[in-house]
Amino acid sequence: MAKTFRDILKTKDFVVTAEVGPVKGSSVSKAIEHIELLKDKVDGLNVTDNQSSVMRYPSLGVCLLIKEHGGEPVFQVTCRDRNRLAIQADLLFAYSRGVNNILCLTGDSIDVGDHKEAKQVFDLDSVQLIHLVHTMNSGKDMAGNELDGGIDFCIGTTATPSADPLEPQLIKVEKKLKGGVNFIQTQAVYELDDLKRFTEFVRTIDGGVKILAGIVPVIGAKMAAYMNENVPGISIPQRLIDELAQAPKGTGVAKGIEIAARMIRQIREEKVCDGVHIMFIGREERVPEILEASGLL
Amino acid sequence: MIIAERKPMEEIKQLIAPYRKVLVAGCETCVAVCWVGGEKEVGILASQLRLARGAEGSEISVLEATVERQCEREMVAEIKDKVAEAEAVISLACGSGVQTMAEMFEDKPVFPGVNTTFIGMPEKEGLWVEMCGACGDCFLDRTGGVCPIVRCAKGLLNGPCGGTRKGGKCEIDPDKDCAWVLIYRRLEKQGRLDLMRKYYAPKNYRAVKRPGKVQAAKA
Repeated sequence: MAKTFRDILKTKDFVVTAEVGPVKGSSVSKAIEHIELLKDKVDGLNVTDNQSSVMRYPSLGVCLLIKEHGGEPVFQVTCRDRNRLAIQADLLFAYSRGVNNILCLTGDSIDVGDHKEAKQVFDLDSVQLIHLVHTMNSGKDMAGNELDGGIDFCIGTTATPSADPLEPQLIKVEKKLKGGVNFIQTQAVYELDDLKRFTEFVRTIDGGVKILAGIVPVIGAKMAAYMNENVPGISIPQRLIDELAQAPKGTGVAKGIEIAARMIRQIREEKVCDGVHIMFIGREERVPEILEASGLL
Repeated sequence: MIIAERKPMEEIKQLIAPYRKVLVAGCETCVAVCWVGGEKEVGILASQLRLARGAEGSEISVLEATVERQCEREMVAEIKDKVAEAEAVISLACGSGVQTMAEMFEDKPVFPGVNTTFIGMPEKEGLWVEMCGACGDCFLDRTGGVCPIVRCAKGLLNGPCGGTRKGGKCEIDPDKDCAWVLIYRRLEKQGRLDLMRKYYAPKNYRAVKRPGKVQAAKA
């Protein structure tokens, strides 16, 4: 039997995960293509949960597809769309179908998505969600009732190493760590020093948690400037923006892949953290190029 | 206090389109302080309605009355004669005032002329901000007096989301402060950051059993 993600986290030197973004619609052929392409090249495949508050095929649906095709899914669960009953029910369903890894997130605000008039839930926050999974892992639901058949999830969460201000975010990370997580996937990082500082902080609280650095290739100077301005927690240094600006026309994606691979190699060589989580949203088919250029294939 | 915003003129005109004699009823408490429902605003809306209907050739008689608190039956009773004269009432009070009026005059259509928006305070002249969600389980002792239930766009209890923008602004509006950054700064100033490091369990959303009812303790 293939190793579980929990085992991989424990034993592998450098863990690599990627993402499969659900489509808007019921056609799953593209998702299956991406799963087939990536499942044997990475250790786990995250599935986003109505990412950016845009309604899509469900995270759990794609997780099941990943299982069916022999991959290892990481079920992303946000607190935005479901209350504590719905989340617990989804966890039971997921576990019963072999989806055993969960990434606990707050979730973007409804305001950034495509259903701006919807009622956002946030019955729980991400720290409470981590506690909820532990409660259920112990065989009980949140109300203290015994479960007939429990769950045992490997628990991950997110963090933002380049946040400004950083201190309030670190307090939140501390609470997540104390809640008990097996791994952290960070927001995209572009400054190795930010990642080092973050890793050092985490290690003072939890020596065992695995840290996967978030890698989002930037494919143009304009995109970089836009992200710096508009995406919270992102800080792309000027030297990278200059490097992208100097790339000949039509080579932006290749340059983005080159920069991402360079970062991954540095992280791995300097043992800054335990692995990477690659998010190449809308360009999943080019993830293998990043893996190859980073020496991970 | 309770903050409200006046409904668009077109909407109010639609509400009273079938009527030829209406009463605009104000309230001199919260909605007067936030410039939408006091005696002065009653006068303004009444004039606007007369002008608008006059211009459309659909004459209307608009009566005006304002009570001290439209959410109290005794005070609303003071204007019962004017209500009796009108075919319909536009209340410029908060939703509580509109309902008190509607309940007291059950045979009369009572329409809201404002949208009740939140419990808040004036930040500066003419600008009000939300401060309290009336959740029935006050959390302010743990957050340096900054309410994360309504001042955090997601109502989070254990710290900021990853959406905090540069300089501590909110994900959904760069003009709004991240409540958790405010909480951090306040608690840091007071040397009480240990409060922010504590884990807070999911909120009890049944602290107020909706619809809410509070019985005063007997003396």
